[in-house]
Formats: sequence, C-alpha cells, structure tokens
Amino acid sequence: MKLLSLTAVALGKKIRAGEVTAQEAVQASLEAIQQKEEQIHSFVTIDQEGALFRAREVQKKIEAGMLTGPLAGVPVAIKDNLCTKGMLTTCSSKMLNNFIPTYTAEAVLNLEKAGAVIIGKTNMDEFAMGSTTETSAFGVTKNPWNTDYVPGGSSGGSCAAVAAEEVPYALGSDTGGSIRQPSAFCGVTGIKPTYGTVSRFGLIAYGSSLDQIGPVAKDVTDCAAILEAITSYDKKDSTSIQRKDADFTSALVDDVKGMKIGIPRDYLKEGLDSEVKEAVLAAAKVLEEKGAVVEEFDLSLVEYAIPAYYVIAAAEASSNLERFDGVKYGYRAKDYEGLHDMYKKSRSQGFGAEVKRRIMLGSFVLSSGYYDAYYLKALRTKALIKQAFDRAFANYDVILGPAAPTTAPRLGESLSDPLKMYLGDVYTVSVNLAGLPGISLPCGLDKNGLPIGLQMIGDCFQEKKMIRAAYAYEQTRTYQQSPLAEQ
Amino acid sequence: MSKEYETVIGLEVHVELATKTKIFCSCSTAFGSAPNTHTCPVCTGMPGSLPVLNKKVVEYALAVGLATGCKINQYSKFDRKNYFYPDNPQNYQISQLYLPLCYDGGIEIETESGSKTVGIHEIHMEEDAGKLVHDDWEEVSFVDYNRSGVPLIEIVSEPDMRSAEEVIAYLEKLRTIIQYLGASDCKMQEGSMRADVNLSVREKGAKAFGTRTEMKNIGSFKAIARAIEAETARQIDLIEAGQPVVQETRRWNDEQGYSYAMRSKEDAQDYRYFPEPDLVPLVISDAYLQRLRDSQPELRDEKLARYISEFELPEYDAQILTSVKKLADLFEAATKLCGKAKKVSNWLMGETMRLMKERDMDPEDLAFSPANLAKLIALTEAGTINGTVAKEVFEQIFDKDLDPEQYVETHGLKTVDDEDALRSAIAKVIQDNPKSVEDYRGGKEKAIGFLVGQTMKAMKGKANPGLVNQILKEMLS
Amino acid sequence: MKQSQSNQAAEQAGRHVISDETMEYVGILAKLELSGQEKQEAKKDMERMLDYIDKLNELDTSKAEPMSHVFSINNVFREDLVEDRDGGEETLANAPQRRERAFVVPKTVDQ
Repeated sequence: MKLLSLTAVALGKKIRAGEVTAQEAVQASLEAIQQKEEQIHSFVTIDQEGALFRAREVQKKIEAGMLTGPLAGVPVAIKDNLCTKGMLTTCSSKMLNNFIPTYTAEAVLNLEKAGAVIIGKTNMDEFAMGSTTETSAFGVTKNPWNTDYVPGGSSGGSCAAVAAEEVPYALGSDTGGSIRQPSAFCGVTGIKPTYGTVSRFGLIAYGSSLDQIGPVAKDVTDCAAILEAITSYDKKDSTSIQRKDADFTSALVDDVKGMKIGIPRDYLKEGLDSEVKEAVLAAAKVLEEKGAVVEEFDLSLVEYAIPAYYVIAAAEASSNLERFDGVKYGYRAKDYEGLHDMYKKSRSQGFGAEVKRRIMLGSFVLSSGYYDAYYLKALRTKALIKQAFDRAFANYDVILGPAAPTTAPRLGESLSDPLKMYLGDVYTVSVNLAGLPGISLPCGLDKNGLPIGLQMIGDCFQEKKMIRAAYAYEQTRTYQQSPLAEQ
Repeated sequence: MSKEYETVIGLEVHVELATKTKIFCSCSTAFGSAPNTHTCPVCTGMPGSLPVLNKKVVEYALAVGLATGCKINQYSKFDRKNYFYPDNPQNYQISQLYLPLCYDGGIEIETESGSKTVGIHEIHMEEDAGKLVHDDWEEVSFVDYNRSGVPLIEIVSEPDMRSAEEVIAYLEKLRTIIQYLGASDCKMQEGSMRADVNLSVREKGAKAFGTRTEMKNIGSFKAIARAIEAETARQIDLIEAGQPVVQETRRWNDEQGYSYAMRSKEDAQDYRYFPEPDLVPLVISDAYLQRLRDSQPELRDEKLARYISEFELPEYDAQILTSVKKLADLFEAATKLCGKAKKVSNWLMGETMRLMKERDMDPEDLAFSPANLAKLIALTEAGTINGTVAKEVFEQIFDKDLDPEQYVETHGLKTVDDEDALRSAIAKVIQDNPKSVEDYRGGKEKAIGFLVGQTMKAMKGKANPGLVNQILKEMLS
Repeated sequence: MKQSQSNQAAEQAGRHVISDETMEYVGILAKLELSGQEKQEAKKDMERMLDYIDKLNELDTSKAEPMSHVFSINNVFREDLVEDRDGGEETLANAPQRRERAFVVPKTVDQ
C-alpha cells in the first residue's frame, strides 16, 4: 500500500502509531510530486528542504507527545493565494512572481499548530479568477483523470494534487465554486464552509464578501477533520465568527433516517448534462433508500445568481486588486514615464487577460452613474437569493444537486468564451452569495471516465447536517483513484 | 460700477484623533520615528491583510458629534473610496460615505457682526494617508507609511460662512471643542488639524450658489484667511471678465500668495465608493449613547458660565481662561488647592500672559504645576513674602516649575516682620533723607512713598510694605 | 460618466455598446492600459457581460434592501493598545525599489 493512497486521517494514525514517520510521509509526497508534476503541473512552488526540515521538527514533537491531533505529521499543499511566511506566494500571477510574505495566513497557522507539514504551494487561476486553472501565469494544471482535460478551478492545483496522490490533502479557497467545482472535476471531496468560519487573514482577497478557505481531500472524514483544524475565531478578521459547534468530525455518522433533503427542480433543467443528472439523481435515490426524505422543490431565482455574483465579485476584485501597483511589493514595469505610467504599465504587464477583464468590469459597474443600476441591484438580488434559501431551509436539512453542469471540459475549450465559462458556475455561486456551506463529493464517472461531482448545501452554520448526509452517502461507495494516482 | 459679491464658504476639516494606535491596526500613532517604523501588513496594504476597527476612534468621533449638536446614525458603515496614489497603500481609503457616524449638527460662532450658527453636514471616520517626500535632485519621491492609517474624523460644514473672519471663528470654536473633549490636540502646524476650503462667489442677494473650487490642506489660520481673500478675488475677476469659474481642486501656495489647479487627466475624481466588505456595521445603542452623553466633559460654554457664577470672575477673565483648555485646567486645579479663585485668575491673566508673550509661547506649552502656583498664593496670602518677591518667585515657577516654599527658604526671601529691625532701618532712612521728611511734614503726603521705597530698598525688598508705611507715619508724626 | 445618445438607445434595447471613450475612462480608473487588440476584445467581452447582467432587470428588487453582509454581525472592535512590530524592516522586505527606509516611486508632484 502506497502511503499517499491513504487518506490524511489514516496516514496521521500510522504516524502517531509510529509505523511511519513524518519525514517518510513527506519524502513519499516529494517523490510523487517529482514523478507526476511533469504530467499535471499542480504546483507553483515545491519547498523540498523546508518540508523535510519541518517534518523532522514535527516528528520530534509527535514523539514527545506534544502533537496528538489527526493531522500531525501529514503533508499538505496550500493554494498559492494563502500567504506563507518566507515562502513564495504568487496567486499564479506575474504580478506577485517574487512576493515572499512576512506573515502566514491564519488558516495555515492553524494547520501548522496541528502538526501539518507544508510541502508547497498549488497552482490556481490567476488571483482565483477562472474555472479551469488555465489563467495561471505559470502554465495550466491538467486533470489527473485525463491530462487532455482541465482540473477545474480556481483551486485546480490543490484538487489535482490530491487526486494525483501527490499529497493526501490540500487547502483551497472558494469564491464562487473554486473548491467544489475542481473537486468535482478531479473526483475528490471539498468543502466550502459557512462564511466567517475560517479566518480570511492572509488569504489574498478576490471577492471579500464571498471568499472562504476550505479543505480538499479524498473523503468526507478527512474534510471534516481538516475543517475542524482550520476553523477559528480570529480577531484579525472582523468577519470571523465565533463557532461553538466546530467539532465537525462528530457529524461523521452513517445515518440519514428522517433527514429531509431537497433537490431544486431548477438545478435539473436545461444546461445540465444528462449523465451528470443521472448520477446526481442516483445519489439522491441512495440517500432515500437509507431513510432520508428526498423531494424536488422550486428554489427560484437560480438564473439570477450568476449575473449578481459577477457584478459583486468583479466590483470587489477591482478594488481588492488596486493594491498591486508596483510600489510596495510585486511586479514593477521596467520602463515608464512618471507615476501613472508606472501604475498602468506595471498592472497591464503584471495581470493576465482574465484578471484585467474582471477589473475592468468591476471598475465600470462601480463608476459614477452605474453604481445603483449594477452594484446595488446585485446586492438587492443577493438579498432575495438569501431569502429563497431561508425558505428552502425551513423545509429541508440539506439541499442536493450537481456541483457543475458537466464534467471537466477539454483544455482550451473554456477560455475562448468567458461567458460560457461563467455559466458553468450556476450551481455554486449562489452558495457564496448566501454565505452557506457546501460540499462536493464524487458520485460516479461519465462515459469518458471523468468524475461527476455531487453537491450538498447546508443552511448557515449547519455544516454538520451536510457532513452527515455526505458521509452516509459516501459509505455506499468506494473511493476511486485517478489513473495518475495509480501510477 | 462694479457689482457687489458675496463669498460662500464651506469647510472640510480633518482632525487626527488622539488615539494611541491606528484606526485599523495596532501600530503606534507616535510622531517623529524613522520612515516606516510604525507599520504592519494592514497599514501598508499587504495582500491578505484585514482591517479591525479601533474602538476609541468611534468614541472620540461620537464625542465630537454630540458636542457639535449632531444626530447620530445608530446604524453606520464604512465604505471604500478608490483612487490611486502612493501615499494610499491599498489605493483605496476606508472612509464613510453612505452612512456617516454623525450628521446634521451645527455650532454657534461669534464675530464682530454678531453670532450665527454654522451647520455641520456630517462627521465621518476615515484613515489618514502616508507621507511623501520629494527628492531635490532626482525625479523620485519617497514613501513613508508611519501616518498611514492614523485615525481621522472629517467634519464637513454646510456652506454657511461668508468671510475669512467667520471661517477662523468656526475653526477656533471647533478646535476648542475638540481639545476640551481630548479627542485631538488640533495642532495645525503639525497637521493634526487641516482644512479644505470650498469657496464660491455670487452676486449679493442671489439665491443660487456659484461654481465652487476646493483648496486643499491649508496649513494655518492665517494662510486660510489669505487663501480665502485671494480665491474670492480670483473668482470675482473671472466673473467680471465673463469667464466661467471651473469646478476644480486647487492648491494654495502661501509663500507665493496664489493658488493653482491640480488638474490631471489621470485624475478622474470618480471614487467608486462601495460598502467595505472587510468591516462589519456599527450599531450604536441608545444606552451606549446615553453613557457617552453622561460622561461628556464640561465644554467651554458651560465652563464659562460656571466661572462667572461660581468664582465670580469678570466675564472677560472667564473668556480668556476658558479659551484654551490648558489654561482652564490650570485655573481649576490651582483654585481647588488654594481656594483663591480670584488670585489664581490674576496670576494667569497677568504674569502668565506677560511671560508667555515675552517667551513667545502658546498656552499648550505651559509646563508649571498648579500645585506650585497654589503654594505661591498661600505664601503671599500669609504675608510670608510680599508682592515684589512673589513676582520674582513666579518667574522661577513659570520657567522651572520650582517649589516656591523651598525657593523662598533657600534664597532668604521671607518678609521681615521684626519691628525693631524695621524701626532702626526707618530711623536711618529718616536721617538720610531730611528733604523728603520736611516735605511730608510740610503737607506733601506723597513724599512718604519715596521714604517707603527707600526703606524697602534698605530691607532688600523683604519688608512688609504696609507695616513700613504704618511705622514711618508713626515716627514722623 | 458621459455616454452618447446612441449608447443609451442601445442600452434600452438590451444591447450594450461600450464606446472607446468609456474603455479609456475605465482604463484610467483601473490603471490598466490595454493594447489595441486587447482593448477590442475587452470591449466585446464587457458588452456581452453587461447584456447578460441585464437579466437582473427582469427581477423586481424594489422590496429588497441591498445586502452587503450576509450575517448581521456588528461592532467588532479592537482595544486601543499598541503592538509595534519589527520597526518596518518586514514592511520594506518586498519593495521593488527602496532607499534606506522608504519606498521609492516616480516623483508625485504634479507641477
């Protein structure tokens, strides 16, 4: 049995039991990366020396009984929009190709406290803007199931690294589906927690009111354990929420008897691939057989989520990305005449096309004369979408549907038509708008052998119900490795 | 014949609050450190950093709002104001546009033409920018973020002022209120109080406002008065010449005595305000507001009235003493210690003012303790020293804050009350000044003054002048 | 922002036409300078996006308050206590151009 075929929790158990050392786990991970990176390119930075050093330190603490948590000694990969002190943090952008933070993101600090060993930083869509990981300035990441296909995005590097078994688990971030959609495309499990559950301090912001950090792993158990470790009330993040119910692993119970599960009829309409639909409905059937009450209902407003989301996300992004100006850090153009030319050249050369597109859109919708028509309108729509979910959760414990309308597209297919790419986020963005938790987990393969993702959505702060339903479903299946993992 | 014009002025006053830390991070607001010493990821706009609001900023801002008769938005939010400039590390400033903390207030001002109310449109909280220093030789500037994130309140007046005199009266009143609250030291020279002047002119009697210009960050009251006069004249000239006044931001150059437009095609003035997603709303409860109201310190107008009624000071004296909080604090502390309000007032109004003028000092610079002034008053009241000596001792207190009891003791300045010693000194004076003695005896009452003076001189100033007078009269009769 | 009559007419018809001036203007706001082809593509993309976003106009939102924060958390404060850090060396660690303890930028005086 290869070490990296184990789940993070299983590997952690072996390490604590003394059957494997943290160094051995890290070494195995580094070897897998060396072997597979050429084919999938899921990493931007691999910190071999640092990882081995940290593994030794962690191992000592484990042996001294100072680290006893489930993740102690287990290697992890971090999405490259999470700041890591002393380690390059690029957001997969030329703009930050030399940025070495002097502080570490709170979520990553929490993992380090739990004894996690950071292997490196994973590739992503530039500044998390994209759904394929093709907008990275450092090259595309490929899908471990078939390298002609995209891994999804924006946390494509994290999901591909887990699916390829380069690392047992990874952290991603989710602004409009950026954990759940690539998890679906790569056949792994990922959670986007309730807004405010994981501190955003040190997460390089895309859409501040939508961004959340979450785990990517092989199964629900891992995700619950990781989420438990990264959840914290952080005084450095004003939107952080003090949660007294963060013992997510207590929800790993194989019992959905009497649980009420709703499937939005609107999620099954046109645009949804028939194989995906079949797989999702089959999963619903499984839960029903296990005693859940499953029914279809009208969620409403589904078609308004994407336009509202893109207005809000682009507006916030246009402001969040103003700080990248060539003054304090990051890229500065070589030749310029005066201050404003320096700004323009640095930003125009430092940002890629998709980032520029969204900054332009965001600046436009906030500009004088358009604010009410676009931005305020989108915020009002968001309020209505939240109300629609409130009504739904008055009747259901969990909402179930697809994570994405199709399985992974081929490389190069999406970027030519941005709007079409945006439409692929139809099932995920409303969850961010309403601040809800969502999980994506594998529920089958399509005829091309590509994974299909099942999404479950919980009410705010109701991760546990969502985790329980996902866990119960997962018990009826066996984890399917990607072809690259088997290598 | 030329028309008559009226100047219409509104002010935007920025005040740096007296907090220990910045508005959104725990960096010190201390002055005078090396560039970028008091900085962290938050106040330098590092990626991934997030703001957390300093509670004290809200308290100060509310205190100023209450003291200027403002209504309070009990649901208030921060917004981002987006513009690129190197002193603004995020390239957006966290400010308040849509729901400012305080609004719709006003303060009374007094000018020679009477009293009037200047309306306050709003008071909002925001962060200060860093500092830019320009190189003399190269085409570069240096950026220092020590001031970046220092808390400010911006007090936006209504366009209610009509002259430089009213503007100065308004600023002085505002400064007094804020200093009384302890919310800021309001030192214009150091930039902790700055004013932007919005000015337009219109024909007298006209209802509509003219086109206004804005002059930014003028550094002193005198400069503001000069800028107002120059800008009024400039706009009238334009109107008389049939040219339009352009709505623009201008920079006042006080040395040269003119202003120039800060126009740039890169400066679109479209700030794309939107609610700051990284900060949560402020909800000010009735109970909290009441607690703040109850703990507001006594402000100048109340103090003034109290000094007149409680201490029976003349209005003029009370005016002076309350004009600067430092003086009022000294007055009250010394009075509490010695119980002689009138005497304390005399020392502050007389010798203190004289020495301040002589040494070119502001009241804020006064460094002596009220305890030493109180002791000095006790010494004179007890007759331990006489008035001349007291003035000499006070100068020591003023300059070095010396303990007057010790000083009098070590310098042997006590009044001599020994009658025998006095009588022998007086006898000698009578003997040495036969002319004056003769004059006095001949009916020239005034001549006794000279004899008293001679006695005091002989006693090296330490005699009790009353006693000298009494003994002299007795011996000459 | 200025907008030509024809633009407004186009907008009413549900088809956005973004003028070159508007692209220029947004470029100034966002400090982005797009090359000729880039600009044409960005313009086309923006028009398509805005047409799509117009879908929101189908929705009656008059009764909904704009929601900027999903949860009603209020009054998150810090106490006014100084925590000074390393004295700025970390602040300057990534500076593209610095001199001694300051960041260096092209001269900012406008005249």
